[in-house]
Amino acid sequence: MLKKLIASAAVVTLLTVPAFAAELLNVSYDPTRELYVEFNKAFAAKWKKDKGEDLTIKQSHGGSGKQARSVIDGLEADVVTLALAYDVNEIAKKDLIAKDWQSKLAQNSAPYTSTIVFLVRKGNPKGIKDWGDLIKGDVQVITPNPKTSGGARWNYLAAWEYAKRANGGSDEKAQEFVKTLLQHVPVLDTGARGSTVTFTERGQGDVLLAWENEAYLAVNELGADKYEIVTPSLSILAEPTVAVVDKVVDKKGTREVATAYLNYLYSPEGQEIAAKNYYRPRDEAVAEKYKGKFAKVELFTIDQAFGGWDKAQTTHFSDGGTFDKIYTK
Amino acid sequence: MTSLSVVRSRAAPKTVIPGFGITFGLTLAWLSLIVLIPLAGLFLKTFELTWDQFIGVVLSTRVLNALKISFGLSLVAAAINTVFGFAVVWALTRYEFPGRRIFDAIVDIPFALPTAVAGIALTTLYAPNGWLGAPLQAIGIKVAYTPLGILIAMIFIGLPFVVRTVQPVLIDLETELEEAAASLGANRWQVITKVVVPTLIPALLTGFALAFARAVGEYGSIIFIAGNLPNVSEIAPLLIIIRLEEFHYADATAIAVVMLVASFILLFIINGLQRWSEKRSAAF
Repeated sequence: MLKKLIASAAVVTLLTVPAFAAELLNVSYDPTRELYVEFNKAFAAKWKKDKGEDLTIKQSHGGSGKQARSVIDGLEADVVTLALAYDVNEIAKKDLIAKDWQSKLAQNSAPYTSTIVFLVRKGNPKGIKDWGDLIKGDVQVITPNPKTSGGARWNYLAAWEYAKRANGGSDEKAQEFVKTLLQHVPVLDTGARGSTVTFTERGQGDVLLAWENEAYLAVNELGADKYEIVTPSLSILAEPTVAVVDKVVDKKGTREVATAYLNYLYSPEGQEIAAKNYYRPRDEAVAEKYKGKFAKVELFTIDQAFGGWDKAQTTHFSDGGTFDKIYTK
Repeated sequence: MTSLSVVRSRAAPKTVIPGFGITFGLTLAWLSLIVLIPLAGLFLKTFELTWDQFIGVVLSTRVLNALKISFGLSLVAAAINTVFGFAVVWALTRYEFPGRRIFDAIVDIPFALPTAVAGIALTTLYAPNGWLGAPLQAIGIKVAYTPLGILIAMIFIGLPFVVRTVQPVLIDLETELEEAAASLGANRWQVITKVVVPTLIPALLTGFALAFARAVGEYGSIIFIAGNLPNVSEIAPLLIIIRLEEFHYADATAIAVVMLVASFILLFIINGLQRWSEKRSAAF
């Protein structure tokens, strides 16, 4: 009886496992952890319904640049969902992803967006309203190091463009502003989460420059009685980008499910999950539904202001770029 | 009994592990696999740079400052650890007091604790709103997010190296020796400077070297407490990580090579000092 049972169980396992189970690895960056826990569950359910296949989705999180390096060094990610296009470009340069990846999906391959806002202590004691207030008096600003954090690069570029516009388009004035701003930074953490901890747990600084979703998360987790969010007049449209890792999916035979996974991010359901996790949705209907959740702010894109990521990276963050100049003088 | 020892002395080889050839071969293979090949990779990657590029990377203000901070503070931390580590060893081996075994075990905690955990714990403690940080701030001393914070992290992770290298030597050093010196008319100072310290110097130097080497390479516990401001509180290992984040692998290995060579030279000198003091104390 028992023998028979084991035998039939073995047969069932043999039949079902190879045919009906698939696995995806999504390599992402730090603040998307909560978003993808929810999204993966929804997609696995949909996949099971459509194809009858059990799907296991694994997540990996860390600093965006570090994650990109892991993929370059052989971490077999089916899809990457990183903080900026520059990191995906680096993987593409190693021929793991097709060079034209950004045109393969809608909206620059960025299914949801975010922006940079200020997190201040309750009551906003230093009266911070906009970028210009960050360099006034003894205001202390907490931001991660743009060299090690994708999020910090958005912070830096948003401040730059604000100062440039405020000074009639002068790059020198913008550099001076950012330099002064960095003099108001007492601690440079290596990542966005580290900076949030320095600001909240360690009580350092008067204002934290943060991803909008990260700022909402901090307020929700740590109490609306302690912090409030200030949205500046102008900020950058942060476009976290997603891509299928071509070389890996072709090897593992997971192209179909990986592509469906990323496309589902654009579906109304995917957009809802993004909005619930404080990422700004692209879908207009969903955006309309959640518009009360996000403050109105004038947003500019990196392509408009800096001519794309690769250019911004070389000018500002590469060895000898403006960030280094600010700190070596 | 006697016949047995005769048999052994005739048949048994000089060493317990058989064959110099096998032993040496294994040593070399293992060392290559674990140490030499990865290090060779480091140098190979660095050779991608031209000489001018290499000099440019290594002699930039930021790299020089980071190296100064890493090596300078490591030397200070190792010196402090040697003095206080010696005091800890002395108390642990020469006195009987309640909870001695517990204190003895506590010394090893920095060995076992994940460095990031140590860093977060130290930062929580020494941050301007922390238990120790707040009173220190009140008297005008800022620890966390300054070079002083880096120093404290380095002292924390280095302490067990000094204690564990000096301890067995001090245990072997019989108190009778000190009593004999005292009975022959030496005063306390003479006993310490002529009997105790010379015997312990090689071990203290080894402890110093180990604590120093560990502090130079330390990353995890320091980045949380350092503040990481370029030219002020940025350690060289962080700069290496930054270069990797920029996908400049060769620049990263260039800094690593400089650290490696500098550490090697310093450790070589300390090793020389150790031999010299061993010879000197043997000549006594």
